[in-house]
Order: sequence, then structure tokens, then C-alpha cells
Amino acid sequence: MKYEDRLQNVTVLGAAGKMGSGILLLTAVEMADLSLQPQNKNKTFVLNAMDVSDEALFGLMGYLREQVRKIAEKKTVLLRQLYADREDLIENFQIIDEYIFRVLNIVRPTTAVEVAYRSNIIFEAIKEDPALKHKVLSGIKKNSEKNPWFFTNTSSIPITELDEAAELGGNIIGFHFYNPPAVQKLVEVIRSKHTSDDLFDFAMTYAKNLRKIVVPSNDIAGFIGNGHFMRDALYGIQQVEKLATEFGYVKALYAINKITQDYLVRPMGIFQLTDYVGIEVCQYIMAVMNPYLKDENLHSSILDKMVEQGVKGGQYSSGAQKDGFLKYEKGRPIAIWDIDNKKYINIDSFAAEVDAKLGVLPASYKPWKVVNFNRNKEALLTAFFEDLNSMKTLGATLAKDYNKRSNEIGLQLISSNVAKDNEAVNTVMLTGFYHAYGPINNYLK
Amino acid sequence: MIPHKKVYMYGGYNTISMGTGRKEFNPKAVRSGVEDYIKEAGQGVLKQIGGAKNVDEGVIGNFMAARFNNQANLPGFLPMIDEGLSMKYGTSVEGACGSGGLALQSGIRNVLAGTSEITLAVGFEVQNTYKAIYGADILAGAGWYQKRKTGHAYFFPGQFSDRAGAYFAKYGKENARKGMSRWYANAIENSRLDPTAQEYHNTNPDPYNTCLKMEPNGKAFVDNLNYLDCSKVSDGASGIAICSEEGLKRIGVAKSEAVEVLSFVHAVRDITKDPKDLTELEAIKFATNKALNELGITAKDLATIELHDCFSIAGILTLEALGLAEKGKGCDFVSEGNTARTGFIPVNTTGGLIGWGHPTGGTGVHQSVTIWQQLTGRAGNAQIKIPSDRPYGMTVNMGGDDVTISVIIFKRG
Repeated sequence: MKYEDRLQNVTVLGAAGKMGSGILLLTAVEMADLSLQPQNKNKTFVLNAMDVSDEALFGLMGYLREQVRKIAEKKTVLLRQLYADREDLIENFQIIDEYIFRVLNIVRPTTAVEVAYRSNIIFEAIKEDPALKHKVLSGIKKNSEKNPWFFTNTSSIPITELDEAAELGGNIIGFHFYNPPAVQKLVEVIRSKHTSDDLFDFAMTYAKNLRKIVVPSNDIAGFIGNGHFMRDALYGIQQVEKLATEFGYVKALYAINKITQDYLVRPMGIFQLTDYVGIEVCQYIMAVMNPYLKDENLHSSILDKMVEQGVKGGQYSSGAQKDGFLKYEKGRPIAIWDIDNKKYINIDSFAAEVDAKLGVLPASYKPWKVVNFNRNKEALLTAFFEDLNSMKTLGATLAKDYNKRSNEIGLQLISSNVAKDNEAVNTVMLTGFYHAYGPINNYLK
Repeated sequence: MIPHKKVYMYGGYNTISMGTGRKEFNPKAVRSGVEDYIKEAGQGVLKQIGGAKNVDEGVIGNFMAARFNNQANLPGFLPMIDEGLSMKYGTSVEGACGSGGLALQSGIRNVLAGTSEITLAVGFEVQNTYKAIYGADILAGAGWYQKRKTGHAYFFPGQFSDRAGAYFAKYGKENARKGMSRWYANAIENSRLDPTAQEYHNTNPDPYNTCLKMEPNGKAFVDNLNYLDCSKVSDGASGIAICSEEGLKRIGVAKSEAVEVLSFVHAVRDITKDPKDLTELEAIKFATNKALNELGITAKDLATIELHDCFSIAGILTLEALGLAEKGKGCDFVSEGNTARTGFIPVNTTGGLIGWGHPTGGTGVHQSVTIWQQLTGRAGNAQIKIPSDRPYGMTVNMGGDDVTISVIIFKRG
């Protein structure tokens, strides 16, 4: 079946979720663009947006309309060419409106999973729950008229296991977008032991058309992204526990979050990132990964306790950050959750004291947003690490240890055969997590 | 045309040209509207001329408030500036980006006709109400609508990109790009001297190379121009009083504090016809040469020019139209520094449309305000030296692609 024919009928499961909505958007745009090509003018393209929540589907269409407008506005030069034969469409706004309609007209929101039975491709972006995924995927497989290909957005469950448990016969591939899919360039592609070459080739073409950077990962729980992130986060929690004996928990958490943002020149501290992903999601991913890991216990009782206390981070449907380890005001952290007394403590009330204990930042320090997009990034980082390496303050020591651990994790991902090489690990961290430098680098001395 | 009696301009006022580049600009926040800009510019003039009681008539220049702001019937805003303008004659004129110049031409004519001794002219545009891609639709109204369908998404950048492309093909791209980049650098350097300029906050240490290295990208924009070759999307207004000798007496202002209109030309070219030669601005050539010839001077007698650089290439073609450089040599003339503020003939001394900003309907008025400031020593940090043997200043305001042209030559009164 040709690429565009395969894409004539697609279902996204969990379409109104954070990842599902992004996948839906990109796929809808890709299908609309195919439908505009002259050879496809008489073909019908259908994209089922399946989700269990009517309420979320209601919001989804508004999100789609807004996002498709942004995409259309950026490619109006091209759209004017594609609509050159439409004499009724003269001004940009008419062309953009028409394009938005075309994309939205492909999308069919529904709560009925049965729509997937007619699809050639099923995108799965439901809850990260192996049993639920087995059930849903095998149900579709059994009832489908089409012997479809399954794309799963799982960030942690081995694809071979899904393949075998749901009896998909190799018609599945891991296609792990990063959040938000519409913006993040990275996709981790993971083959099950049985994934066919046809399916893999299609997945690569699809990724290319979506202008994604593909990093293949081997089929080991957590893959590269979460393989690094979960261990990195767990290390952060362990450092907090250690430092808490001297600092107290709240100040220790503030300190480690600061170390991981400022001293590591990352876009956000490790606890802000955990909040961004969602504390419960992280807890869940660790639980999914843990049974597959030898000699390692990927588990944190602090995460359990946070979830028990109902402090879970994550995002509102508007994209605004929910409070978690940190409390946010206009997207900026202003307080730290005191896990013992179940209340937030304002950062202002102790920041100066903790900062003093950590010591001054390296003289050549520049924030991530200055460094990461700088033409002289390499030189800025070299100067920064030269300073850092020569410092003996508490802050510098913690930062060096943290970087060393991140490096170990990176190397472990290669030695355990999750990632092919240094480049695969670094690309995932640079593009999926926006780190300014990869875990495997020459800056550390 | 040489006025048959003395006509002066005095009391110029510019609002800030607001839009990207200004630190205080926030496209997501509620911003000043049409009313605020008209009022600020109008009152800015009235304060200098003893109030609305001295004004006989008012004229507003605006291009597309009907679409940018859903607002027509603009004369009705004159009494909003000051109730002293209530029940007086007021009109509005439209000639696309040449609307401001047209407002001045209209005011000059009324003073000459004797219906007014003092006319308040205000030009404005508030165009950040739409994103650029939709603004392009609105601005395309300056062209012939029958051509819109086949035109570029960014219609006017597309038109002038075609002109730049023809220029490259005929005279060489490399030299032309250098001249265009120097044009941009001059604009930025000049705008840093005027606190009302949109690029006033620009701190780029090397604007020349920034522009030179930014290769035009036809997939995202147009083939032969980059973003820096283009004028700004601006909200802004300018005002000035057009006075007879009698008018100046009425407000007690010495002639030497005003500029005198020595020659004024307005000319239009058929909007339904394509330019005969993409590398020449035919109507600008006609109008500027007519204004110079009637006065018996050449462009080399001018101390400074405010010309319509809606695109860098338009600026260079205007220099050629003026005869300051031969055809194909305008870019070299700029590259050699002749149009810089320290050069032979400083052009667009507060940044022009690329640096100061281009609130379309206000631009023609802004140009005259700048000339008034320069010739009467009011230009602050942007002040240039006016040679005593070359005391003239010229404005060139263009609507559309060389369609609606206003030219005025001034000297200090």
C-alpha cells in the first residue's frame, strides 16, 4: 500500500490527551497536505480522534483550530501555490481559513473505539499502563477489517512485550514523541523484535514528513529518553535526601533544583522538569521500567508520598503548570512543597541563606537561554566548565557530582545496548530535553 | 508646482512609532488605538500653535483604518483632538502609503486657495492589530486588487522583491546587496538618535553584516529581500501645521522657525498598469524632477532628503530617480557612504521607514516633520549640519508601487 493510501484512514487513541492531541495535530496536517496534492484530489482522508472524555474532545477541537491556524500562517507562501486554482480564494486570510477547514474536516472526534476497526494505522497515546494497552490494542486487532499498523507512544514499555501480549504479529512500532509533539523535534523510534521492514520504512517516511529528528532506540524499558531522565531524577531525589540532613528537606530541594538548572546550564531544574512531566507520570514510568532492570531499583518513596498527598504536578489543559514539588506563579517557581508539613514554603524566605551556602556561581556563568541558542555555545560552555572544574564550593561540588552521574547514566545506556552510541544519547538529551550539552562530553574533568 | 504665495509648515509632532523593536511593545497586551494616536499627534501640534482656535481647517491622512481598525469617517476624529475643531471644515484623504503626503498636498492647496490660513494635518496608521500575514492582505490594497490572486502572500514585499530581482539581474547582485545592507545599517544608526524611532532601542553592534549575511529565503518570505530590507509594521501618528504668512502671524511664530514650501508636486501613475521598467521608479522620477526643475535646482543642491524606503531597494531606486546616481549605481552611491548622516547628502536622518518606522498613512507627514526639525535646528541628537549653500530639504512619499507620489521641497523660512 502506498504511503498516502495507508494514511487515508487513521485513528489516534487518547487523542485529547497532552501527547495525543499533538500527534493528532501533526497527523491531521500531514493528511491534509497529502489531500492537496493533485494525484490525491479524489481520495478521502479520515482521522478519528478517539478519546474516552467527551469534555476533553470538546476542548480538543478548539486547540486544533488554534494550532492549525499557526501552522497555516507560517506556510502561507506554499498554501497560495497549492490553492492557485481556487479563484474564490484571493487573500491570505481566505486561504488560511480554507486550509484550517480542510484539516479540521478530516478529524472525527469520538468516544467510540469501534471507529478504529476501519483504520490502517492506529496511534496509541493512552495511559502508560501495560495491561490497559494490551487490552485496547488486542481488541482492535481482533475486530479490525484492515490488519492495521500500530504506532505506540509509550515512553517506557518494551514494544516486543506489547506486540506479543496483544498478539499484533509485528505490526507495531514504538514512535515516541516528546512533549509537546507539535514543537519538540525529537522522536524515538523503537522496533519490536518482530516489526516488519515495511512498517519501519513507513514510520521513517512519516517522521521525515513531519520534519522530526529520529533517534532509533533499542527495545529496552524506558528507551533513551526516560532511561536517562528517570535515573537522573532519582539521583536528584537521593541528593535531596542526603543534603536534607544538614539543610532540611525544603532547602535541600531548592538547592538541588538550583544546581540542576543554573550550575548544569539546563532549561529548568530537575524538580521543575518532574513537575512538568507530572509526578504521578514519573512514578508510573519508574514502576513500568523497574521490573525490566537488573541490579537497579528505580523507585522513590518521596514520589509515592507526593502522589499520596495529592501533589502531582502536570499541566492544565491550557498548558499552564500545576503545582508539584514547586509552586508556580506565571510559570515561575515561587515556593517549595514541605512534604512533612504539607504546605508550600516561599522560596524568598530562605533563598539567600541557601545560595550563600552553595557559594557563588562560576564567574563565566550565563543562563541556559543565553548559552543554548548562542553561536558561540561551545566557547561559552568551555569557559564555564573551566571555572566550575577549578571550584571547590558546595554548589560546584554538587554540580560536578551531578554531571558525573548524568555521564554515567549516558554510558550505561550504551553499555546496556539501549542506545547505539554517544551520539544517540546526546541527540535525545539535546533535542528532547533541550540540554545545552549531552551527558557524554569533554567538559567534565 | 511653485506656490503663488508663501506657504509654511510649523509645529511638527511625532508619536513614538510603536511595534516590534520597541521594548515596550507587547503584541498580546491591549495597546493604544486610533483615537490615542490621532489625539497625541494633533494635540502635540496644537500646543505649539496656540490651540485649536487658531486652526481653520483639518485634514487627516490615513490608508486603511477601515480594515486595520474597522474605522471610517475619519474627519469626525478632528474635533476629538480638541473641541475647538468642532463644526470646522475637516476632511480625510487616502492614497495608500502616500496618504500622509496627500494630506499635506491637500492642506497646501487649501491654504493657497485661501479657504484656510492654518490647516492642521495629521497622518496616522495603527496596523499592529493584525499579524503580518493578514496585514499583508490589507496593505495589498495599495496595489490593484485584480492582481492580488497572482501576487505573493506578502504582496508588497513580493512586488519590490521582483524589482530587486530585476536589479540584481541587470546590475549584479553582490554589489546591490552591499548597498542594501548599508542602507539598513544607516537606517538603524540614525534611528538610535531619535527617541520616537521604532528601532531606537536597537543595539546590534554590526547591522551591516547582519543584513548582508541574512540570505533572502523565498520559501518563508520573498526571493530577493530579507526582513531587514523591509520597513516596519508600525502604529504611529504625526502632525504638522500648514500656514500662510497670515497664519504664522496669527500664532506669533517667526518665519525662521518654520519651513517654507518652495515647490510641491503630486503625481499619480495608472494603478492597473505594471511598471514599464522594474529597475526604475517612473512616477518618483517624474515628480522629483519636476519639483527640482521648477525650482531651478538639482538633487545635488539638497541638504537632506526624507524618502520613501518602504524597502531598501526602493530607497536605492529613488536615489537613481533623483539623478544622484546613474542607473545601476545607486547601491554604490550608498555603499560609499554618501547617504549616511556624515555623507554628502544625509538621507532619512531619523531612520526612515526601515528604522524610524512606517505607520503607513502617517509616513508622509512624519517626513515633513523631520525636515522641519532638521532645517530649523530642532532635531536633537539626530541633528545634521545644513550647508548654507545647500539649504534645501526634500520629502518623497510613495503610495503603492510607484503609484501615488508626493514631493515637497522646503527651506527654512
